[in-house]
Amino acid sequence: MVVSTIGSLKKKSSSPRIILGSVMTGLSGLCMIVTLIPLIAVLFFVLVQGFSRINIDLFTQLPPPPGLDEGGLANAIIGTLVVVGIAVILAVPIGVLAAVYLSEFSHGNKFATSIRFATNVLSGVPSIIAGIFAFGLLVSSGIVGFSAIAGGVSLAVLMLPTIIRTTDEALKIVPQEIRWAALGVGAYNYQTVVQIVLPAALPGIVTGVTLAIARAAGETAPLIFTALFSNFWPNVSAQGLAEPIATLSVLVYNFAILPFKPQQELAWAGSLILVFLVLSTSILARLATRRKLY
Amino acid sequence: MTQSDSSNTDNLMTGGRSPLEKTLDNGFKWLTFAFALSIGLILISVAIIIAVGAFPAIKQFNFGFFTNSNWNPVTDEYGVIAVVYGTIVSSLIALIIAIPLGVGAAVFLSEDFIPDQIRTVLVFLVELLAAIPSVVYGLWGIFVLIPITTVFGTWLHGNFGWFPLFSSEPAGPGMLPAGIVLSIMVLPIIIAISRDSLASLPPDLRQASLGLGATRWETIFRVLIPAAISGIMGGVMLALGRAMGETMAATMIIGNSNRLSISILDPANTIASLIANQFAEASGLQISALMYAGLVLMLLTLIVNILAEYIVNQVKAKYE
Repeated sequence: MVVSTIGSLKKKSSSPRIILGSVMTGLSGLCMIVTLIPLIAVLFFVLVQGFSRINIDLFTQLPPPPGLDEGGLANAIIGTLVVVGIAVILAVPIGVLAAVYLSEFSHGNKFATSIRFATNVLSGVPSIIAGIFAFGLLVSSGIVGFSAIAGGVSLAVLMLPTIIRTTDEALKIVPQEIRWAALGVGAYNYQTVVQIVLPAALPGIVTGVTLAIARAAGETAPLIFTALFSNFWPNVSAQGLAEPIATLSVLVYNFAILPFKPQQELAWAGSLILVFLVLSTSILARLATRRKLY
Repeated sequence: MTQSDSSNTDNLMTGGRSPLEKTLDNGFKWLTFAFALSIGLILISVAIIIAVGAFPAIKQFNFGFFTNSNWNPVTDEYGVIAVVYGTIVSSLIALIIAIPLGVGAAVFLSEDFIPDQIRTVLVFLVELLAAIPSVVYGLWGIFVLIPITTVFGTWLHGNFGWFPLFSSEPAGPGMLPAGIVLSIMVLPIIIAISRDSLASLPPDLRQASLGLGATRWETIFRVLIPAAISGIMGGVMLALGRAMGETMAATMIIGNSNRLSISILDPANTIASLIANQFAEASGLQISALMYAGLVLMLLTLIVNILAEYIVNQVKAKYE
């Protein structure tokens, strides 16, 4: 009798230690569920409230004047494309080439360490600070005024860290043997990088750029006082880039705080478009990175 | 031995590289170097441009900026104590909610309670939480969250009104709903970094603890969390930096009131939401004062982020 109790390795399921463990497992699972509730709630409301407003007019019409119904947010969709386009044109070459330097030519020197550090610091800079930067650089200095260009510059500052980091990582995964092989058959450094290494890292780079674009499209704070807003069609000329322009994210902000139902509905519809954009790119990026080349 | 022979050998030695191609090769290297350098320059010029813009206000108010709670564009009198208070308190509310939830979820995701595939999906869903634009959280906050927190706040005020934090009737927008939305937005950071630091612990720690007869949760509480605590702290610091700088969700939900109030049910304001709210219509000294406030925000987030970076790197160095 005595021997069997001492020798037993069985843990009694009623012992306080075991019960505490099960309770804690349940609690941590509960934390997980509570964390996901807002995600589901946000997606649910955006889908339900926004979907009723999805129609052809939404993509072809201007927003209605206060008090009137109908209309769409076509100018804001175009505006978002224009502003994000400017940001991409500025940020992608700078970001990719800076990452090429960090990963291919720096050999991990002190300078590269400090640039990586600067990239991290830049990614922690609040988005509204990027807006003030673009305002101070372009608007208050009188170079362009409130415009799509100023908005694009502020978004470019926010996109840079993501692009540099993902490109840097994508380049690091490319096996060293490929570089040696290219240099071994007599290729120059730039040939190795441009024709061999960059194409090999392309899927990773494209993924990073896509994610950065999706994030930038949702950014609002830096655009409020750089790109401002406009209720009209954007001017289709180079001059148009130097004028205030509507964007989806600022439209959501402006219309959410108006007391008119049609405007609020448009804000939900705009949110649905933004959320769809972000979700689809995130999922695509996830699928793309799952298939590893090497 | 003729002249042409020796030049052929020369060609072989240098791989037949023409001066043009050599220049191109070096030029490419320098080009990438210049772009890398430009990242540092952008960061520095962000600081300089904001400091230059803030200069008139710095000259006018100096450190009085930090003791004055008035923000009055009519009399051109500006002080940030109310918005600095709002920034810190709303971020603290966010952290108080997000730390237990985030660490709990991180432990759940780093242990093998559920199959790997489901865990991958959950990790992805947490990433999505971070991907939703803040303006969408703001919209959702206005129409869905605020009605809920108003009911909850009325109950809090009714039953615990004697407590200073709940001493006012909820007015809809306010510190509490803003703090809740901020907590949602920083949760993914805390979860991702805590999970990473828990997962990167050497397995010996766990094996040793289990070998001494500890249960799973005793191991988690007494061995794993203490070992990963600096990583978790780094994640919390990053989350703090994010919460302090978050603009849209705050400005749409917090009520944009510059009155300093101890009650978290009252409307308040943060530095970022003050700037978002007033910058487009500001002029003259007000712009400069807003840039001064922006400079304060940038310094606050910079300090927090650099500390976080430092802590996270220390942890990486320890276990790599």
